[in-house]
Amino acid sequence: MQVQQKLEILADAAKYDASCASSGTERRNSRDGKGIGSTTGTGICHSYAPDGRCISLLKILLTNFCLYDCVYCVNRVSSNVPRARFSIDEVVQLTLAFYRRNYIEGLFLSSGIIQSPDYTMEQVVEVARILREEHGFRGYIHLKTIPDADPDLLARAGRYADRLSINIELPTAASLSALAPEKDGAAIRISMARLRERIDAGKDKTVSGKRPPKFSPGGQSTQMIVGADASDDRTILSTSADLYGRYRLRRVYYSAFSPIPDASPVLPLQSPPLVREHRLYQADWLMRFYGFESHEIITGEQGMLALDMDPKTAWALQNRAMFPVDLNRAPKSTLLRVPGLGVRNVQRILAARRVRAVRLDDLVHMRAPINRMLPFIQLPDHHPGATLDAVSLPARLKAIPAVPQQLGLFM
Amino acid sequence: MHSVYLKHETDIEGWRTAARQLIAHGVAPQEVDWYVRPAQDVAVQEDFFAMADDVTNLASPRLSGVSQENAADNRRLMVPRQLVELVRPVILHQAPERFGLLYRVLWRLQRERGLMRLAGDADIARLNVMAKAVRRDMHKMTAFVRFRETVVEGRQRYLAWFEPEHHIMAAIAPFFIGRFAAMDWTIMSPRMGMHWDGTMLHFLPGGKPEALPAEDAGEALWLSYYRHIFNPARLKLKAMQKEMPKKYWHNLPEAELITSLIAGAGTRTQAMLERMPEPPRRKIIGYQRKLRRPDIAGGNE
Repeated sequence: MQVQQKLEILADAAKYDASCASSGTERRNSRDGKGIGSTTGTGICHSYAPDGRCISLLKILLTNFCLYDCVYCVNRVSSNVPRARFSIDEVVQLTLAFYRRNYIEGLFLSSGIIQSPDYTMEQVVEVARILREEHGFRGYIHLKTIPDADPDLLARAGRYADRLSINIELPTAASLSALAPEKDGAAIRISMARLRERIDAGKDKTVSGKRPPKFSPGGQSTQMIVGADASDDRTILSTSADLYGRYRLRRVYYSAFSPIPDASPVLPLQSPPLVREHRLYQADWLMRFYGFESHEIITGEQGMLALDMDPKTAWALQNRAMFPVDLNRAPKSTLLRVPGLGVRNVQRILAARRVRAVRLDDLVHMRAPINRMLPFIQLPDHHPGATLDAVSLPARLKAIPAVPQQLGLFM
Repeated sequence: MHSVYLKHETDIEGWRTAARQLIAHGVAPQEVDWYVRPAQDVAVQEDFFAMADDVTNLASPRLSGVSQENAADNRRLMVPRQLVELVRPVILHQAPERFGLLYRVLWRLQRERGLMRLAGDADIARLNVMAKAVRRDMHKMTAFVRFRETVVEGRQRYLAWFEPEHHIMAAIAPFFIGRFAAMDWTIMSPRMGMHWDGTMLHFLPGGKPEALPAEDAGEALWLSYYRHIFNPARLKLKAMQKEMPKKYWHNLPEAELITSLIAGAGTRTQAMLERMPEPPRRKIIGYQRKLRRPDIAGGNE
């Protein structure tokens, strides 16, 4: 089989993993003229597909042959999709060829399970080793790790990778054993805990002041499939909060289950609305950067996020007694809860009000989304008066076109 | 009226020197006109070299540093760090009013101490917007430059054509050198080009996109990858265009595929939904998960 044909099959096999981040790692370059590549810290998206997803890394499977039978997965053993397997050298050459042309930041390599978890993991690690040691590759490497593989292999993976990930797949252990019978929720969490220990150890300086060997400097991430089981948003977000807290994950990716070729009859026919995935990312952001707890974000019925407005606005409408917020007096944690106010503008307001009172005009110049904010804020030249408590407020806010949000889909 | 003639579009030194003298003489912003001399290739090259070096040392506060050297003359010159950080990117902006705007802010700073902290002030907001536009342009250039491989005198060479919006070519050079130091590469643009020969960076006059090699085997593989990493069951065109606006498309080889991918997406998704589930065509051997014994869980020494 030609490399091109393999690439087609193994990119098709990899596209349901939402993660494509090239951020969060140490800064490197190859200015010394040895090897190739660099990392920037914030990552670069080199292209975008019409599905709105960023293309930052060459995201492929080493092989899509797989022994497992996870019903939501396009590569499950019982699916009739075409199969292929790259040789280690083919992946190495493809990565370098794309990198030299500035198409990508690096490689995101995953694999179906063939022969055994250990065998598969060894092959994946070998690709990374050759890139780093034989080609001096200093670009980004993200490896998908297999929880059942030998811990020693995971340790080797962390030496070469910028980021490691293990997919939690589904929000509850019950769903996982129903839909992915070969996977073990407990083993996944044990592996995450083990990775966290090593990642933490890689950052601490030892007593003697020596730097420990690097271990996955970009941390670890995971992915949850949304809409393949009946879990509500409350369950999903509390699982995320738990994962962030317990294993200090850098990111939880949410992937709305979408129709796949040769789908299993067990799966729901209807995929969830894409906006649900979007709301989950917004809620995730609120938990990580805006001081919200997972339980307070759920405002819709039956444990779901409202689909017709962003979760911060929905929360504010249910907590109108907290508003209006005086932008010149409120503490930072309160400013972060004002609909339309992002982290950056909160910082700007805090800096400005030490010099003089912040007025409406200032917000206009900062390009803040004024219309969405006005009902919730108080300024020397503005008070929302009765608009805040008006029954018609939710309808008025829904009518304002949503501002494009900087969301995690691209990072 | 006073007229200041800067040597070229990104003449940050020239602006600093002039601005310091104007402040010292108490010349108000509305009494100054700022001009850029028409480019003269050789002289421009040297200055661009200086510029490339300058932007790599983002941490060095040159503007305030210079004012310290002349402390006797300029004891009263107020140049907060926040302004120094904005001058570098704003100078690279294409808007002709950037020099005057920067001078007006410097002028106001001599009286309004907290000015830099007022993100809502019209002048400061404008500086922030300009700096953001330049940083975005630089970021997009690191993302969207596409090299084509060719062989010149037995050595691989990588060529690209890119059209930045602002004067960022020299400022972005350190990124490409840091990433591709061992490669021979050339990036051409309408206003200027740059060539890295493995040890030195050379600036070239502006060029035309026709100079690019027409074919590259690696590009065909990239197009295959783009076609197949796309999931037709989720179309999010706004999200795509927000981050990859159409103005970049004509220099991105993969952008040619976008229209047909969008057109075919509906049919492909419908076909996936309507397809009757098929029994597996291969023989499946049930997978037995092996439990790792706890005594070897710590490693296999």
